[in-house]
Amino acid sequence: MRVLQAATARFVSTIIAIFGIAIVVFVAVRIVPGNPIAMMLPPGATSGDIDRLEALYGLDKSILEQFAIWLGNALQGDLGTSISLRRDVLGLVLGRLPATLELSILALVFALALGFALALAGARYRGTPAEAGIDVVNGVGLSVPDFLWGLFLILLFGVIWPVFHISGRITPQSDLPFATQFFLAESLVRLRFDLAADLLAHMFMPALALSLPLAAMIGRLLKQSIKETLHLDYVETARTRGYSENAVIFSEALRNALLPTLTLIGVQFTFLIGGTVIIERLFSYEGLGNMAIDAVINRDLPLIQGIVLVFAVIVTAVNLAVDLTYALLNPRLRRG
Amino acid sequence: MVSGSASRRRLPPRLWLSGLWLGLVIFAAALAPWISPHDPLNQDLFAGRLPPLWMEGSQPSYWLGTDNLGRDVLSRILHGSRIAIAVAFVAGICTCLIGTALGMAAGYFGGWTDRVISRLVEIWMAFPPVLFCILLIAVLGTGLVAIIVAIIVIDWTRFCRVVRAEALNQSRMDYVESARVAGYSRYRTLLAEIFPNILPTATALLSLEMGIAVIVEAILSFVNLSISTDAPTWGGMIAEGRISIHQAWWVLAFPLVALFLTVLSFSQFGEGLKDRFDPVLR
Repeated sequence: MRVLQAATARFVSTIIAIFGIAIVVFVAVRIVPGNPIAMMLPPGATSGDIDRLEALYGLDKSILEQFAIWLGNALQGDLGTSISLRRDVLGLVLGRLPATLELSILALVFALALGFALALAGARYRGTPAEAGIDVVNGVGLSVPDFLWGLFLILLFGVIWPVFHISGRITPQSDLPFATQFFLAESLVRLRFDLAADLLAHMFMPALALSLPLAAMIGRLLKQSIKETLHLDYVETARTRGYSENAVIFSEALRNALLPTLTLIGVQFTFLIGGTVIIERLFSYEGLGNMAIDAVINRDLPLIQGIVLVFAVIVTAVNLAVDLTYALLNPRLRRG
Repeated sequence: MVSGSASRRRLPPRLWLSGLWLGLVIFAAALAPWISPHDPLNQDLFAGRLPPLWMEGSQPSYWLGTDNLGRDVLSRILHGSRIAIAVAFVAGICTCLIGTALGMAAGYFGGWTDRVISRLVEIWMAFPPVLFCILLIAVLGTGLVAIIVAIIVIDWTRFCRVVRAEALNQSRMDYVESARVAGYSRYRTLLAEIFPNILPTATALLSLEMGIAVIVEAILSFVNLSISTDAPTWGGMIAEGRISIHQAWWVLAFPLVALFLTVLSFSQFGEGLKDRFDPVLR
């Protein structure tokens, strides 16, 4: 019962957080200097023209009124109309969101694979030069951000050894068989492995760039946790019962070292999602982040508002999911 | 703070290596107009995309080649270091001062001061930094001042959290009690007794923060939301190099290496200081 109560409380606080972010975004976007309406009109437009357009976008009302209208509409799924693209914001955002989600999830998979490999190798060869080497790799991985990794990957796999595509999401072609925007998932479901391979060749570098800092973090923390559990009694018992060192690490130590790593992954995954903004730009990947930068450059208030809000919802949802998983997995909380 | 035995200990390579590179960059930033072989803005369309010195078709005065418009890559990197170092120091130091002041107040005074500041930090942490940055740049407009303000507004919590914990620890120590008994005022205790003990932590964090500031400026120049495109910046050079990458890789590669080494050095210098100041490790 206590878990259920805690979960409800956590859910309510999530909704409050999203509401708070909505207010912050709304207010911030209203105090933007520079008139976006004036930028939409051709030179020589009269002030009457500006007033008419402002009325059309509701910018002539008071801030409080504007917020009430915006919130009411947002709850009904209407996030307004983009000023630069002149289309429905929700439609634009939902059209781009799948691309960003697929990229983030692929990056998470890469980070888990690399991080676990580093941690297990480091724990297995602890105290040897191999472990010292892994520590150096982790250290560099931690202190260099995804943006720089992306640029190095472009030089490496785009120029020196051009095996992957450096821009776009898919090779342009007229007859894409997709019904949704989840291209990668759908190409796998439809067994179109040629398209899946093309998508992966485009996504490989941005996903790897996003994953490297997280992989280094997982590698360091998980190795530390495994090494700590290796001194515990039950692990010693397993060892005296004749288990090999590999078996001890994989079957005994790893299982109990996972919990702190899980929390780290949850928190850092939200940073990874934030990182897609610049990485998508770098690889001209048509996702939400790339759209966000265009929206800032074009001063497209409704679009900025919509994108930031959607990102905020995703981030808080991930945090909520992590907390709930943690509560379910942690035996001390479960028994309570 | 470094005791005799620690200073006699050999300087760890990551401290002197990163210190050496940072020294070079600061030197380049200070003397860029005098040591640059060319004017960084001088275009020469007949000398466009010249490769670096050791490649076929290079010209001897362009060591690292030229970009699409025939501007000298080395001179642009040297001049670009000025913006990088300026942002690193101004944004880094301001963030450090504000975050440390609030952190010390929260940790030492406790009570409602602590409650207000801690709640503020929590709210800040809930906002993904990249989005926060985009939002701030949209609000503040582009330009060097906007970037510096954005970094301060986003990152003060990084100092505040750590310093608060440190100040809380220190305020429970015996020497603080003796200062009180000796009749020191609370502010005097805070500044004369607790502050010197927080300084090492704050300095290590400052170095890390400078690295972050350099990368934030580079990213914003890359997406063209930083200062005007006239002044050479590493991020701007990287953006131009990204476009002509198949024709002239060096336009991207050299500023990238400069940025990479600078960011890595700031963070390694900070980590090195942290280890050195850490009394447990010492």
